[in-house]
Amino acid sequence: MLRWGGDAEGGAPFVEADPADPSQVRGFDVEVARAIAQGLGRESRFVQVQWSSIDQSVERADFEIGMSGVEDTPAREQQHAVTIPYFEFREVLAVRRADQGRFRTLADLRGRRVATLGATMAYDILLAARDSGRLIPVSYDDDVHPYSDLVAGRVDAVLLDHIIAQRALARTPGDGFVIQPEAAATGRYVGVLAHGNTALRDSVNVVLREAMRDGTLERIYRRWNVWDEKQGELFARVLRPADGDRHLAASAPAAGLNYLPSLLRAAGVTALVSVLSMMLAVLVGLKVAAGRVYGSAPVRLVMVLYVEVVRGTPVLLQLFVIYYGLASVVRLPALLAAVLGLGLNYGAYEAEIYRGALEAVSPTQLEAARTLGFTEWQILRLIRGPQALRYALAPMTNDFVALLKDSSLVSVITVVELTKQTAIYATNIGSWIVPGILCAAVYLVLSLPLSHLARRLERRWSVA
Amino acid sequence: MTALLSVERLGMRHADRVILSGLSLAVARGEVVALMGLSGAGKTSALRAVAALQSFEAGRIEVDGFALAPGRVPLESRLAPLRRRVGLVFQSHALFHHLCALDNVALALQHVLGRSTAEAERQALELLHALGVGTRAGALPAQLSGGEAQRVAIARALAPDPPLLLMDEPTAALDPARRGGLGQTLRRLAGQGRGLLVATHDTGFARGYADRVIILAQGQVVESGLAADVLDRPAHDATRALLREGTWDS
Repeated sequence: MLRWGGDAEGGAPFVEADPADPSQVRGFDVEVARAIAQGLGRESRFVQVQWSSIDQSVERADFEIGMSGVEDTPAREQQHAVTIPYFEFREVLAVRRADQGRFRTLADLRGRRVATLGATMAYDILLAARDSGRLIPVSYDDDVHPYSDLVAGRVDAVLLDHIIAQRALARTPGDGFVIQPEAAATGRYVGVLAHGNTALRDSVNVVLREAMRDGTLERIYRRWNVWDEKQGELFARVLRPADGDRHLAASAPAAGLNYLPSLLRAAGVTALVSVLSMMLAVLVGLKVAAGRVYGSAPVRLVMVLYVEVVRGTPVLLQLFVIYYGLASVVRLPALLAAVLGLGLNYGAYEAEIYRGALEAVSPTQLEAARTLGFTEWQILRLIRGPQALRYALAPMTNDFVALLKDSSLVSVITVVELTKQTAIYATNIGSWIVPGILCAAVYLVLSLPLSHLARRLERRWSVA
Repeated sequence: MTALLSVERLGMRHADRVILSGLSLAVARGEVVALMGLSGAGKTSALRAVAALQSFEAGRIEVDGFALAPGRVPLESRLAPLRRRVGLVFQSHALFHHLCALDNVALALQHVLGRSTAEAERQALELLHALGVGTRAGALPAQLSGGEAQRVAIARALAPDPPLLLMDEPTAALDPARRGGLGQTLRRLAGQGRGLLVATHDTGFARGYADRVIILAQGQVVESGLAADVLDRPAHDATRALLREGTWDS
């Protein structure tokens, strides 16, 4: 039995669920895996894994070989056992038809937003271009939304593998975008195995070479309509005895230190998103709590509904709805959508804290205020509010620290914050140890002063 | 003599329980009236009705020309004239525990009467000094002793300069020496022309400092008159019960 890992979410022509039998997968990677298993005299069995986790998963021995559009990068080669390349792809640029003449290459995209899939060679190319001050990379978790956002005008170009680009083109009705003929870079797909598993890797290489020689791979590629003359040239290079197949794509920078500035920038994004979201959450929370404590019956009902709906559904879903779901009505920038999503979500939790705190203020305090002639609004502002704030402080601090960490969720709508950047960093250098420690340290640096401030205020307010 | 406070045939119930039934009383300027009765006689409820903190079902309350009618407590915006006429000192003092003594007193001066911050603080400090707690102006309520907190609470209630001051069980947390001090304070306030209605079951205190006593039992007045007359020659069982309790209480 050969267990091989891939991501069926990646879809055709790599790996997709078979429409005829969704429990089975199909695609050219599936067939290559099957051919390898056959050559080894084994059965193949598919293991579903998230694409960006293939490297980690293979080291954990979840499967023996990972292969669904896995790119040949220097980092991967250092950290894992990698097979000979079996397919050559081109990184191509997709732009809206109207921009066809003006955005021909990456160099034309100075100051523009260019989308791609995170943790890919294409992303590294964009990062390198960003660091030379030319463009703004936007990273996605999937390869569908970069193209829909391109058509929608949220980004100005998409850089991805030509297979993905062609698939997106076939899927997009009308003529929303075009693919520029000039490739930004070329890369190769390989199989990735655990670091120590060179023995199996070598056997797989033997099988792959044989499949190149006897036309098995060509037949597979033709069946999936991905054959071109570049594959023939790749096979010839790989099969040449003193082979040049360790030669790598020129434009893939991956040294670890390159990521430090990005990591700091991402920490800034995390702090910004957290602070803005919390400010919004506090405002929303105050309004909703005031509505629940002071409002008329219909107002109270609306506020209760808001709180229950927001608390009862996943924040991920809310972010998707705000960013993608509303895109046809209002096209929010990702950062704004992130702040709205998190702020409105946490607002519901804040509202419950404030309501509880307002109701915890003793009725006698309020009566004493009434006998002195304060208006209801003055009582709230001068007596009930300040006292409630003291009750609310500890749970609020708790929420703010939680929000700081939950801000990592906004990476699903293309905001590259600290956790996402760490994952990209870790994937590219092939280790979680240094990025993980750095990331944890930054979160602590952001959250500890907050807890400290809250403790000091609490001490000051609790004079015995 | 027109009364500063007149309560006529006040009726109040809570669910099925009768709290007050036909309570009538009057307080004039310059007099200290002790409203007496055992626990549950309705003393606190009567004070709360006069301060418009609680609704009543029957009767009428009038304070210096401002009348309260049965039914729902009016909106706070309509009660402004009453708030200027009636001060209430809670049994628990109910000082705003997030504010220091000075701010407790100054807050209404500033925000209800519209004084400037400096003027409000000056007047507040004057009131605290007059009550002997001027040196505690910066202390938070939690840092005050029971007697100090009570004097700050009196200063706070007096800040809007109300002609009528209501006090609920003011001697409950005081030792005998402090009761004397409180009594003298009340006499001084009456001497300034204020009317004081003091709910208490402390017969010694009432005998020493009240002009008149009103004995309440089951929500009605059962006996009233000059303090010495009523307490020295009790005519009603409730009064005798109070006197018995009073002896072991003090």
